[in-house]
Amino acid sequence: MDKLLQIISRNSDFTAAQLAAMLGEPEQEVINRINQYKEDGIIKGTKTLINWDKVENSGVTAIIELKVTPKPETGFDDIAKVVMSYDNVESVYLAASSRYDLIATVKGDTIQEIAEFVSKRLSTLDAVIGTATNFVLTQYKEGGVVYYDEDDNEEQRSMIF
Amino acid sequence: MDYSQFLNDKVQAIKPSGIRKFFDIANEMDHVISLSIGEPDFTTPWHVRQEGIESLRRGHTWYSPNRGFSELRSQISNYYARRFNVEYNPDSEIVVTVGGSEAIDLCIRALIQKGDEVLIPQPSFVCYEPMTVMADGKPVIIQTKAENEFRLTAEELEQHITPKTKLLILPFPNNPTGAVMRRKHLEEIAEVVEKHNMMVLSDEIYGELTYGKERHVSFADVKGMKERTVVVNGFSKSYAMTGWRLGYALGPEEIITQMTKLHQYAIMSAPTTAQYAAIEALKHGDADIEHMRSEYDIRRRLIVDAFCKMGLTCFEPEGAFYVFPSIKVSGMSSEEFCEKLIYAQHVAIVPGTAFGECGEGFARVSYSYSLKHIKEALERIDRFVNEQK
Repeated sequence: MDKLLQIISRNSDFTAAQLAAMLGEPEQEVINRINQYKEDGIIKGTKTLINWDKVENSGVTAIIELKVTPKPETGFDDIAKVVMSYDNVESVYLAASSRYDLIATVKGDTIQEIAEFVSKRLSTLDAVIGTATNFVLTQYKEGGVVYYDEDDNEEQRSMIF
Repeated sequence: MDYSQFLNDKVQAIKPSGIRKFFDIANEMDHVISLSIGEPDFTTPWHVRQEGIESLRRGHTWYSPNRGFSELRSQISNYYARRFNVEYNPDSEIVVTVGGSEAIDLCIRALIQKGDEVLIPQPSFVCYEPMTVMADGKPVIIQTKAENEFRLTAEELEQHITPKTKLLILPFPNNPTGAVMRRKHLEEIAEVVEKHNMMVLSDEIYGELTYGKERHVSFADVKGMKERTVVVNGFSKSYAMTGWRLGYALGPEEIITQMTKLHQYAIMSAPTTAQYAAIEALKHGDADIEHMRSEYDIRRRLIVDAFCKMGLTCFEPEGAFYVFPSIKVSGMSSEEFCEKLIYAQHVAIVPGTAFGECGEGFARVSYSYSLKHIKEALERIDRFVNEQK
């Protein structure tokens, strides 16, 4: 895998000069590559990882499994597009699973709000033949970062040599 | 009671390690960010841990043969042939030890008797000197120099040889400087070793961690040197297995046989669980080494670049996971610099003097930490350096 992408996928706050040093490339080269990645739609943006469990009234998240009937021409894409068009839908995946086809993560202020969204907006779609809603109770790890047991993030090595 | 009357004079005369003091300060302080630890931040690869667990599940909880399991010795033999081009007979030329440290101790005790001189290039890991003293040998320090990128030169070596010189310690890739010896440098050393009829203990524990195109060259791979060399290596650094405590020595049968006797009486055998895990590491761990090496390389470049920009000049280390910047521009001693840094910015690094007097003017900075951690520490060090101006 491209080392530049590997580094910035984990840390978005290095300067181009630091990235250049790490990769042993000229700084301008790194800037050009990042711009190219943005143009090609490989770099889709940066955002901050927030541990919402520590923020009061930060709402709830659910993982929704959707069993759908694929369309003859477009397969699962059309239905996925409809699902992802809602603002409260955070992510949508097509899964290789015998139980369901699409998985969506959905955010809402309350459990009721999400339940209502599923029953009124998703279940009613023609292609959807079944849904299962899984509410998230604790976020242990996200984007490669451990959220839950913060002791895990601390130094566990002994101070010897 | 005055226990000094009972204690061995040589033991009492050994100075405690210079690193200790800084760790004590760091331990009492909140929000300390450290770049001082000398072990990988990676955990042992999962497939290796699994083999250790599996061996326990099957109830393999007995001693191993004194020299280590035969399968492990065969794998070590394959590994050295595969990675470093040197062949050892698993039945007679390999002993598995409790970490590389035990192998160093066994080698020194097997070779050294009263009055023998042991040449120890410094800055280097702290164990060679006390172990030599305990074996009644005389440590002779060779101070390597920044202008030679802390390599040992044939000239420096020649200057320290006397009729009593018996053993040269060759600690490369080097902790704390990150220096490496390339083949041509080793060949120059080999000539002197041959000429003066000496033995060599080549501590190659960081042998998998070299950067750039050339790989580490084992001293035993230099023409004529296999018969004069005891190679020490282990699993701690290359496979992130420090806590498993497993190393080994490779060398001429006559020497390994004597070392195995000492090992047999002092240790019995290296940890059984660790040996099972190590077999897996040697069989399927090459990709893990490459992954970790590549991560270290990225960090190394970041950290060298940052120190140079701060004005703390730093030659580019090509091995291990340490950089050894010069702090002379601050006008402070190494110890003073490190102490002020820890109090002012809560960053712990180790004064170069902990690795020998000639480490004065330098500090050891470890990059066995995540990029995020290194970035934060570098920002703090930068602030400190600017405040001192």
